[in-house]
Amino acid sequence: MIISGVEIEDTFAEAFGMVATRVIITAANPTWAQHAAASMTGFATSVIGCGLEAGIERTLAAEETPDGRPGVSVLLFGMSQKDLAKRVETRIGQCVLTCPTTAVFSGMEGTARIPLGRNLRYFGDGFQASKLIGGRRYWRVPVMDGEFLCEEDAGCSPAVGGGNLIVLAASQSQALAACEAAVASMRRLANVIMPFPGGLVRSGSKVGSRYKAVPASTNDAYCPTLRGLTRSRLTPDVEAVLEIVIDGLSAEDVRTAMRAGIHAICALGAAEGIRRISAGNYGGKLGQFQFPLREIAA
Amino acid sequence: MSALVLELREPVPARVDLRGVTPDRLEGLSARAIGAIEVVAGARPVALERLFAISGDAPGELVLRGATACLDGIGAGMRAGRIVVEGDAGDYVAQDMRAGEIIVRGNAGAYAASGMRGGVLRITGNAGDCLGAVHAGARYGLRGGTVIVHGNAGARAGERQRRGQILIRGDAGDWLGARMVAGTIMVLGRTGRLAGFGMRRGSLLLAQAPASLPGSFNESGRHHLSFLSLYLRSLHALDPAFAALDPGRATVRRFVGDRGCNGKGEVLVWL
Repeated sequence: MIISGVEIEDTFAEAFGMVATRVIITAANPTWAQHAAASMTGFATSVIGCGLEAGIERTLAAEETPDGRPGVSVLLFGMSQKDLAKRVETRIGQCVLTCPTTAVFSGMEGTARIPLGRNLRYFGDGFQASKLIGGRRYWRVPVMDGEFLCEEDAGCSPAVGGGNLIVLAASQSQALAACEAAVASMRRLANVIMPFPGGLVRSGSKVGSRYKAVPASTNDAYCPTLRGLTRSRLTPDVEAVLEIVIDGLSAEDVRTAMRAGIHAICALGAAEGIRRISAGNYGGKLGQFQFPLREIAA
Repeated sequence: MSALVLELREPVPARVDLRGVTPDRLEGLSARAIGAIEVVAGARPVALERLFAISGDAPGELVLRGATACLDGIGAGMRAGRIVVEGDAGDYVAQDMRAGEIIVRGNAGAYAASGMRGGVLRITGNAGDCLGAVHAGARYGLRGGTVIVHGNAGARAGERQRRGQILIRGDAGDWLGARMVAGTIMVLGRTGRLAGFGMRRGSLLLAQAPASLPGSFNESGRHHLSFLSLYLRSLHALDPAFAALDPGRATVRRFVGDRGCNGKGEVLVWL
């Protein structure tokens, strides 16, 4: 399949089952909501190294948030509900509780609940107070700028992590431009995040390595400087490869984001140096979800 | 199917205890069986049909027509359904109610919503003393749900309240929220003396400065509290009168107490 001169490889992205939650952070103004969200979603690119994957879903206008202040919607993905709960609690405690003027709320109903303020309230040292508002419990924790308001718990539900696109281009700058366009189009969609820096990964990995202690190592088949040294998957006209990783609340959300990304990349087309779109998989043996590129692009 | 209507045949000289005559307990009963239910009038049991003309066949909504202040215990212990009181209600309306909705289109007597755990009680007139307050032998007053009074409330509203909210559009009497354990009381009008006396926790939200507070309350300054925006927004759907308070400008003067009993409650006065 070729779209605007870009070959869509006959392969599929392989993704995994995860558990996700959405929290809404509000603050006195958008800047402070953004500070808290950026801090909370920092160092959260991959569950392997960071314990969870997180990203800013979108910014929220004041009229969209529970307390009528500007806010940010954040999605967080973990490998299990227990693990997610632990990590979310730590991040709220260190990144949102600490951030001036912020409050935090559950952003989804979900199929189960994980704690937000349930345990963080003890920071109040006995001066914390709860309010049951509209059937939901909120904790008021006294802090030095007033009160930190935090919902008791947040909804979480099964989700999908690891959807991906691999973009092969004639130059590094062209690969970057195409991926930036793809991520920009995906960021307009709800229910998905691209957890890596700017949504992109340059260090695509393969399972295993020649070193016993290293479980994953550089994906040599896609490294342009290793062409001639290894069984390269790169044709001579490819100089740089970048990957976009997508986590979504459902398989359909990931599929929709991948489609938007593919179309954004193909809109630049071969004229802008885009040669091929591929995807990462493990032969279909490890992940529960498969996203065939050609079916999605069609 | 139409609502079950109980229309008082004539004014009753004695007090009538209607506890147990609730939509959830009448469900599935025939009109005859409902009419045969015995209630206590004065000191004697009397069949319901001797006091009320009964019509309608859907007890999920129960209408008490021509009601007077002699009818006590309306909706007491109710677990589901809706009661509309056309007229006044006596004492103990919605006592220990668990769920459902009661609307009193008139005044209510003493101890309305005492021990209530859930649901909504709306009184379009005035409420007597001890609204949502603890009654003899009980541990707590209001334990959950929402009470809305369009008029004024008497003394001791919310005494020993444990949870839930009481919203009073008009004035509240003395001892508002006395010995309160938790929950929220909001008053748009004036409040009497000693609001919050013996309060342990909970919030009194007052649109007007109280006549006086116990000397054992301390001032905690002016604050913009995030939870108030959230709380006021939740009230918009419940009662438009409370929508007059702007959630975006919820700056309050805060008093904490009652320190006389080591309490950590708060009285918030709108600025």
